[in-house]
Amino acid sequence: MNVLWMIGQSILNGLTMGGIYALVGVGLTIIFGVMKVVNFAQGEYLVIGMYITLVLNQLTGLSPYLLLPPTILIAYLFGRISYGVVVKPLLGQPGQYFVVATMGLSFVIISVLQLVFTTNFWAVETSLKSVSITWKGFSLGLPRIIACGFMIFFVVLVDFFLKRTDFGRAMRATSENTEVAQSLGINTNKMYGFSFAVGTTFAAITGLLLSPIYFVYPTAGTPFKTIAMVIIVMGGPGNIGGAVASGLIAGLVEAFTATFVSNDLAPAAAYLLLIIVLAFKPAGLFGKGARVA
Amino acid sequence: MLEIKNINAGYGDLQVLFDVSMEVKDGECVALVGSNGAGKTSLLNVVGGHLKASAGQVIWNGEDILKTSPTKRADLAISHIPQGRGILGTLSVMDNLLLGGYCRRVKKKRMENIEKAFDMFPKLKERQKQVAGSMSGGEQQMLAIARALVMEPDLLMLDEPSLGLAPVVVDEMFDYIAAVRDSGVSILLIEQNLPAALSIAQRGYVMENGRIVLEGNNHELAENEDVKRAYLGI
Repeated sequence: MNVLWMIGQSILNGLTMGGIYALVGVGLTIIFGVMKVVNFAQGEYLVIGMYITLVLNQLTGLSPYLLLPPTILIAYLFGRISYGVVVKPLLGQPGQYFVVATMGLSFVIISVLQLVFTTNFWAVETSLKSVSITWKGFSLGLPRIIACGFMIFFVVLVDFFLKRTDFGRAMRATSENTEVAQSLGINTNKMYGFSFAVGTTFAAITGLLLSPIYFVYPTAGTPFKTIAMVIIVMGGPGNIGGAVASGLIAGLVEAFTATFVSNDLAPAAAYLLLIIVLAFKPAGLFGKGARVA
Repeated sequence: MLEIKNINAGYGDLQVLFDVSMEVKDGECVALVGSNGAGKTSLLNVVGGHLKASAGQVIWNGEDILKTSPTKRADLAISHIPQGRGILGTLSVMDNLLLGGYCRRVKKKRMENIEKAFDMFPKLKERQKQVAGSMSGGEQQMLAIARALVMEPDLLMLDEPSLGLAPVVVDEMFDYIAAVRDSGVSILLIEQNLPAALSIAQRGYVMENGRIVLEGNNHELAENEDVKRAYLGI
């Protein structure tokens, strides 16, 4: 194996994995951007997406990608309901209430999944699962490429929604200044509920896209949850473009560490990078820091 | 017509408004003056719905709106420009104006209203794509007024529009507020710059330590010895 090939393959692996990280990170960013709180159950919403896909896949035998619309619908409804039960009663309380509540929610979700589906590893079946695209010696699993494609699609969609629609503008207004948004006639509680549900749906979509790549089990979301937090801190909190970029960077760093340093060290690479980034840019790579005036 | 009746309000155990009553008649421009910490902003926040009152009434066109959420007050044609202008700095000028017409009452007419606002503030038309936070203080205050006008308010509340602006710009800003007044919108204006406030207001209230201590028309207030000593430095 020559070094050039290793670099090229690492870039491909890193970017596709990074795309998946970016999608979870964008979901977390939407929630943080509007509500200024971190959802500690984001990884569990991802797992819920996996299980919804698994169940629908077993019932219908359809490819996970065709199950995207019903999965989005169910995940959105679940996000909405869990918002109403867990999050809404805490609005107006300090942020740490929300941390504890969503952490508790993540344990509840994991326990319920263990009770219903056991701790066994399940696999979602699809004919595309083992297809790889090879080109000049480089090779990449098709599900990873598809996942990356969907990531780009959904990020563009969200960007369009936030910049070009009234609802999106209202969300950005809520994000910047709740009181002013209310004075303009924006129902900020509605914006909170919507952004929480959309943010968690992004995690569920990631779960669906991961289901042909990974096994499905109750704690499958944990590594993605922590990496998503690395991504939003590194990208500058509330910055969607920053979340995408740092998701890709985290994927690349991980892939290069796995190839050139050690496979075992790869999962730690993103955290190491975070420490380095924060030492030099405390507001994150793309954060503007505190706004002056 | 806005009637504020016997309002008590505060933050936690700290009461800042004591039995405050005042009124703004239709088409009237009323100034609320007083030193820092007198409770002027708190009173505006009670009317805007951002601060809960523990007692009293805020009657707007015959109905007590104290329990109405701030969101719904936009549909009642009450517009509140908070201290520091309250523009959305990360959004573009156009986005700010579009959100001025977000509430159901004016949504259909908002493009028309934005055009009218552009006629009044041609500078905003040039800058419509610019990020609002990158404009100068005066331009941001213009945007705040323009956005409020897109909402077609019957009552416009301004909290220290001159704050942080250069003296030349302050004069310009008061000309704009006078133009809004002349178009028939009722105005409740908080201002520390007493001469400027009294130049456009028909009546005024003086607030001290959370209480209204004096009220009168602009001439009476300008001639009052206590007011002169305390606020005009004469």
